[in-house]
Amino acid sequence: MLKYLLKRILEMIPTLIGITLISFTIIHLAPGKPTDILADFNPKMTPEARERLEKYYGLDKPVIVQYGMWLKRIVRLDFGESFSSDRRPVMQKIWDKKQPLIDRRLFVTFMINVISMIVILLISIPIGITSATHRNSLYDKIMTTTVFVGFAMPSFWLALLLMMFFGIYLGWLPISGLKSMNYKTLSFAGQVFDRVSHLVLPVFIASFGSLAGDSRYMRSSMLEVIRQDYITVARAKGLPERIVIYRHALRNALLPLITLIGLSIPGLIGGSVILESIFGIPGMGQLLFMSVMTRDYPMIMCILTIGAILTLLGNLLADIGYMLADPRIRAQQ
Amino acid sequence: MNRHSLTAIIWKRFLKNRLAVAGGIVVAALVLLAVFAPFIAPYSPNDIDRRHILEPPGSRHLLGTDDLGRDVLSRMIWGARISLAVGFVAVGIATCIGIVFGAFAGYYGGWADRIITRFIDIMLTIPTFFLILTVIAFIGSSIWNIMVVIGLTSWMGVARLVRAEFLTLKERDYVLAARALGAGNMRIIFRHIMINSMAPVLVSSVLGIAGAVLLESSLSFLGIGVQPPTPTWGNILTLGKDNIEIAWWLSVFPGLAILITVLGYNLLGEGVRDSIDPRLWDTERK
Repeated sequence: MLKYLLKRILEMIPTLIGITLISFTIIHLAPGKPTDILADFNPKMTPEARERLEKYYGLDKPVIVQYGMWLKRIVRLDFGESFSSDRRPVMQKIWDKKQPLIDRRLFVTFMINVISMIVILLISIPIGITSATHRNSLYDKIMTTTVFVGFAMPSFWLALLLMMFFGIYLGWLPISGLKSMNYKTLSFAGQVFDRVSHLVLPVFIASFGSLAGDSRYMRSSMLEVIRQDYITVARAKGLPERIVIYRHALRNALLPLITLIGLSIPGLIGGSVILESIFGIPGMGQLLFMSVMTRDYPMIMCILTIGAILTLLGNLLADIGYMLADPRIRAQQ
Repeated sequence: MNRHSLTAIIWKRFLKNRLAVAGGIVVAALVLLAVFAPFIAPYSPNDIDRRHILEPPGSRHLLGTDDLGRDVLSRMIWGARISLAVGFVAVGIATCIGIVFGAFAGYYGGWADRIITRFIDIMLTIPTFFLILTVIAFIGSSIWNIMVVIGLTSWMGVARLVRAEFLTLKERDYVLAARALGAGNMRIIFRHIMINSMAPVLVSSVLGIAGAVLLESSLSFLGIGVQPPTPTWGNILTLGKDNIEIAWWLSVFPGLAILITVLGYNLLGEGVRDSIDPRLWDTERK
């Protein structure tokens, strides 16, 4: 098991290099130089100063050499300084040690994604199981239709509709940010409530995209399993249906879902750009959007890299989950 | 079974599936709307009318007006053009790339296969939306760039599909026969195997259009898609977000259009899949 894990982690390195190389090349082959932006902001910039700057960032060298330089720096976790006017180190912007953990950008995005993942599992698994066990019932048909519409629903539109209904019409939920203006004056319980109420809509929207697919997947995987002989045997020996489904069938039916979850992580992380920009959440997605607009090269590369690392770690976790759920795979290792 | 009767069976099965037909009608209607937009739209999509800004839906403007007094219905009808064009071209690009990669990996196996599958895996682990956002912001958000970038980042599914098809089809006797007759690799790949793996590719393309439409509208919504004043469903929704407290119609209708369109492509795709899958031809089999 340990050996397998180690192998998987080592395998992540070439993948990560591949991903960052692709991103790096695309960004640096795009027309315009990073120093253009710096020059635009600073009218006093002379051509000589600019040349010096280009040398400093290695922009006069071929892309592959630049990539090598960048790689050498990030191994030491040095992502460089942001090109934006505040000139802060990139790492500090996504992980500001002066702020409480819960307000650091990376943590905000990470937290929303993890909570969404849990919500997805808590909702889609039971729906999938019950649709499969009550196949072709009215409940199953309603769920099938809902899932089909859910597939086609643009999540940002749903976000707007929910903001209008719960935020403006009913006035129950805040529609923007992570905390209220008067957050500091609230009691501890009030602060917790304030944060939770700010998270309800974003988490719902983030999970929504995968809910439809995953519950559908769970349903078909469950249907496949309960058709098998060992389930008939379990029923024949008189086990109650509840045990047959939840003890015998579920474990096998969960396996394909774990793969699917691993595959849906990039979508979840990528979706944080839209989510955070709709709800005005100060996370990585919002930062990426701002950085892309201002061509903040070091910042963009940092976020793309961290996004890729998070995805790979998510996949690794999915694999571990797979191993824990399936003794056959454990035996192979 | 001759070719005609096979087509007839597929067609008959398709027509029996009411949801699939509904999907087909939605797609057909969308094509008509897009093609005849100048004749159907009641107003010109960019006519600014400062006396009637943010007017709710009513008899003069069926779906209301936006913050510049432009007719929302007309803008949505013109927006169908963008949606349709981006959907088809992006998926066309993705399908071509996917077919080439998938065919080479599946047909040649060995190193080619290993490199291509690895590349596919990497592309699948990248949060592609990050990449799309970055690239579009850097190269500019013209409609062509958007089509190409969406196409370049969504070919992986087709490639996997085609690869799997090639892995099984290349062992068939007709391939052997073609080779015995002296056909070269390229001829076997493109003239013999490809033709036989087209059906599932077609289905995944139709479903892919739905994904591309959603992607385009989210890019437009973020403000990095096709730029105003060109009307797109996504950029009307952006106005909806900006005026969320006073103009619900700017949010509700364009979103509904996206939902119905995507639903249409999905129903059509699934319908085609069901009608060309011989395993589901219970009645014909007997």
